[in-house]
Amino acid sequence: MNAEHYVSPDTSAKRLRLLGLIRKEFLQIRRDLSSIAIAFLLPIVLLIIFGYGVSLDAKHVHVGLVAENPGPETADFFSGLQRSEYFQPVYFSGQRAAQKALDQRRISAIVRLRSDFSRQLLNGHSAPIDVIVDGVDANTARLVSGYLQGVWAGWLQRRLDERAGGSAQAVLMQQRIWFNPAVRSRDYLVPGLIAVIMTLTGALLTAMVVAREWDRGTLEALLATPVSVGEVLTGKLVPYYLLGMGGMALAIGMAIFLFEVPLRGSLWVLFVTGSLFLLAALGMGLLISIIAQNQFVAGQMAIITTYLPAFILSGFIFDIDSMPVAVQTFTYLIAARYFVAILQTVFLAGDVWEVIVPNALALALMALVFLALAARRMPRRLG
Amino acid sequence: MTGMLDSAANNSIVAVAATGLGKHFTVGQRQITALESITLSIRAGVVSALIGPDGAGKTTLLRLLAGLLVPDHGVISVFGLDPVTQPDAVHCITGYMPQRFGLYEDLTVQENLDLYADLHGVPSRLRPARFHELLEMTKLSAFQGRLAGKLSGGMKQKLGLACTLVAQPRLLLLDEPTVGVDPVSRRELWLIIERMVATGTTVLMSTAYLDEAERCHEIFMLHAGKLLRQGAPGADHSILAGRCFEIHGAESFTRRLQSRLAERPNIVDAVIQGDTVRVVTARPQTPKLDDLAAEFPSLSVTPVPPRFEDGFIALLKPLVEQVNLGSALSPSTEAVDREDVVIEVREVERWFGDFHAVKRISFDVKRGEVFGLLGANGAGKTTTFRMLCGLLPPSRGQLRVTGVDLRSAAAKARRRIGYMSQKFSLYGALSVRQNLEFFASAYRLDSRLRRIRLDWALERFQLTTYAESSSGDLPLGHKQRLALACALLHEPEILFLDEPTSGVDPLMRRAFWSAINALAEQGVTVLVTTHFMEEAEYCDRLVIMAAGSLLAAGRPQEIRAQARSPDQPNPSLEDAFIRLLHNIAGSDVGAPQAGLKGGLQGRSPQQSEQTPS
Repeated sequence: MNAEHYVSPDTSAKRLRLLGLIRKEFLQIRRDLSSIAIAFLLPIVLLIIFGYGVSLDAKHVHVGLVAENPGPETADFFSGLQRSEYFQPVYFSGQRAAQKALDQRRISAIVRLRSDFSRQLLNGHSAPIDVIVDGVDANTARLVSGYLQGVWAGWLQRRLDERAGGSAQAVLMQQRIWFNPAVRSRDYLVPGLIAVIMTLTGALLTAMVVAREWDRGTLEALLATPVSVGEVLTGKLVPYYLLGMGGMALAIGMAIFLFEVPLRGSLWVLFVTGSLFLLAALGMGLLISIIAQNQFVAGQMAIITTYLPAFILSGFIFDIDSMPVAVQTFTYLIAARYFVAILQTVFLAGDVWEVIVPNALALALMALVFLALAARRMPRRLG
Repeated sequence: MTGMLDSAANNSIVAVAATGLGKHFTVGQRQITALESITLSIRAGVVSALIGPDGAGKTTLLRLLAGLLVPDHGVISVFGLDPVTQPDAVHCITGYMPQRFGLYEDLTVQENLDLYADLHGVPSRLRPARFHELLEMTKLSAFQGRLAGKLSGGMKQKLGLACTLVAQPRLLLLDEPTVGVDPVSRRELWLIIERMVATGTTVLMSTAYLDEAERCHEIFMLHAGKLLRQGAPGADHSILAGRCFEIHGAESFTRRLQSRLAERPNIVDAVIQGDTVRVVTARPQTPKLDDLAAEFPSLSVTPVPPRFEDGFIALLKPLVEQVNLGSALSPSTEAVDREDVVIEVREVERWFGDFHAVKRISFDVKRGEVFGLLGANGAGKTTTFRMLCGLLPPSRGQLRVTGVDLRSAAAKARRRIGYMSQKFSLYGALSVRQNLEFFASAYRLDSRLRRIRLDWALERFQLTTYAESSSGDLPLGHKQRLALACALLHEPEILFLDEPTSGVDPLMRRAFWSAINALAEQGVTVLVTTHFMEEAEYCDRLVIMAAGSLLAAGRPQEIRAQARSPDQPNPSLEDAFIRLLHNIAGSDVGAPQAGLKGGLQGRSPQQSEQTPS
């Protein structure tokens, strides 16, 4: 028998095993371009799309202007539209030509000043304007009609100020509160996107790589070594935690320096809450891979149960309060929801503890539950 | 083959003892008894073999001993430790190599060794010497920095073995370590195992190769979850006394003689061996061959001593459901012109980037021939095969299949071809019937013919009871049968079989070959690759490939004759194969070709499983 058996003392053997597993994982990450791409390339692509491409603001909207009876008042009103960065005015001589342009989608709205516009105005009546908005894209339509109302209200207000007096139009002034032209949608999209990006590295990547060990039969060999279940799970958690935090750092850096999103809160809050969120995502990824035991199924499950909800139900794009109540209740099960709330607050408002603390507690609870479930469901044996 | 391995001193010490082991699984609706009241003891310091047909419970038993499964009944002791209650302690002293070796294909050879050294807690001061020893032993020193996924099949197995050996386990459990490995690598694997035994390691391995089992100290034969027999390889020979014979005089018609003999009720087993057919009779009496005199005028019968495989077949054949794959096509009345050349290969080359996978090979295959393509792992067999099936265009040269130039009309030729790939390439999630239906529609059989062929396939391949089971859950032998059925649905003129019997038990291998024989008799041309050299004897003609070139071509007896030497007057085909490879390349033949697998099949295994042929 006589072979010397290498059984090192317990703790150092444990450390050796764990370090071995972590080193292995990093080597695999380095060799597998797809995991690098998911961790670092995809965040860049998503941020650029959402930072530059997708904008919920309407800017340089082509608006057809029709003055049936041109005069100094109509010119004055149109010049207000001309100055606005939201509009790109196109002049038409008649309503018919403007409508044709709207049909052809060359313009998104028509503003028509009727022939009696100047007269009504001079008589002190509230001179109405006709606005026709292309309603195909409901969101843009709402924004355009809102902006137009704003310009209209602002113009009337200015005229009032000039003439000093006239109580009837004072009410119109308050319409400014309906929207805030200063808010760029990028400023709240980009912080929310960080949660989506971390879900990708946290849940999707983890679900795939653990399932891969089942698929390739390496887990069977692993289970036959003195490695414990805890070590296997920790060996997966640590590398993907670091990878996820790397993705987060990249995204935050891009948000601040490239997109100039203001960071009004503190970085350490982002770090702590980001870690909690990532742990919840990792726990979910591990749990999915343990249940699926197959890369393909794990990938599908991860996309459906983590990535899509993070996109749709987290409040990152679509406001949770405007969802049906049933869906709203469901969003409480989605970790990204809490993190999006924290991110938007920390970036745009600052360290508002009333928002951060309860959301962070919810994240901590979810992380705990998912990790505990993963540890419990992780098989110690085959079959 | 050679005698048993003996490490004299500790033969009496029991390494593993199991009492009343039972294990059940539930697959779908079915309850499967994998093991039933197994009681055995395995001696320390020797190699023991676990043999038996597919689904006998070999893997389950190994997993139980490795602490990877918990038995439903019974007790196990591994050097006094209980794998159920003390799994960690058992893992510390055992090395377990699963059938799908647990290598990380995206790690290098050295990184895999490092990982397993870490996992087993090998102190760093002992590592350099240990790694050096293992790399020397496995001849992998030159490949330390190569990714495991880019190694040839034989090298992967050696690395897998090395990984389980880093911690010098007291007990080594190997699950079919030599499946899919060429004869050269197989010999090297055995050398490693013998060296381990010499240092006191106890080895238990399952194997489908009976010549390997014969080298072991003790054999445990499982069948349907029961321990059928336990003992030294020679223990059965008494019951076989006077039952084993060699029949000479059929010369170039050995295959036909073999199939005639195999049909006889008083003959348990008939295999081709060189120029002779070896038979085992049901009772100790010389087989009477008078009725064959018309067909084979000069037959003579010689009694021979029994060998291990005879015992295996004689013992198991009555117990196992007989699969007669027999004639696989609808009977045809047309005469077969056996001089008609159906496959023409002229100076065909194939490059992958700057890798020359196939180097100007030429050969012809005639109608109704069984034509073998042999070679070490990565010799270019699969590439050649794929070119012949029209799956891969040749870089240069001419390929004609049934008169059709594959470069211009691959699809047309493919309709006359049946292809069974090396890996199980059916849809695992579909049922047996759905798989057959899919292939029937892929070959555009009309609905009437489809029904006829489906019934034929289910009945002929004895798959009726499994028709609705999902094919991924079938035992390996049944999967292979289904794959063959799918390849034959459209009654092809040419059948391509890429290692059809890899990992299949000896009984099923015989059934496969009798089917191949019957097909050839009916005029179907069969191209086959195989690692089993004794199977190559069934081929009419064969070529041996190495490093992309043809090393030898001809009838089996011609190739054997090339290896004849004073110290080896009667070489087997395996001897000839190894000798030919040694002449060109030194010992590790797989090595120069290793890049091929990575370049050609850069797909993960589960992807290939999803891809139909």
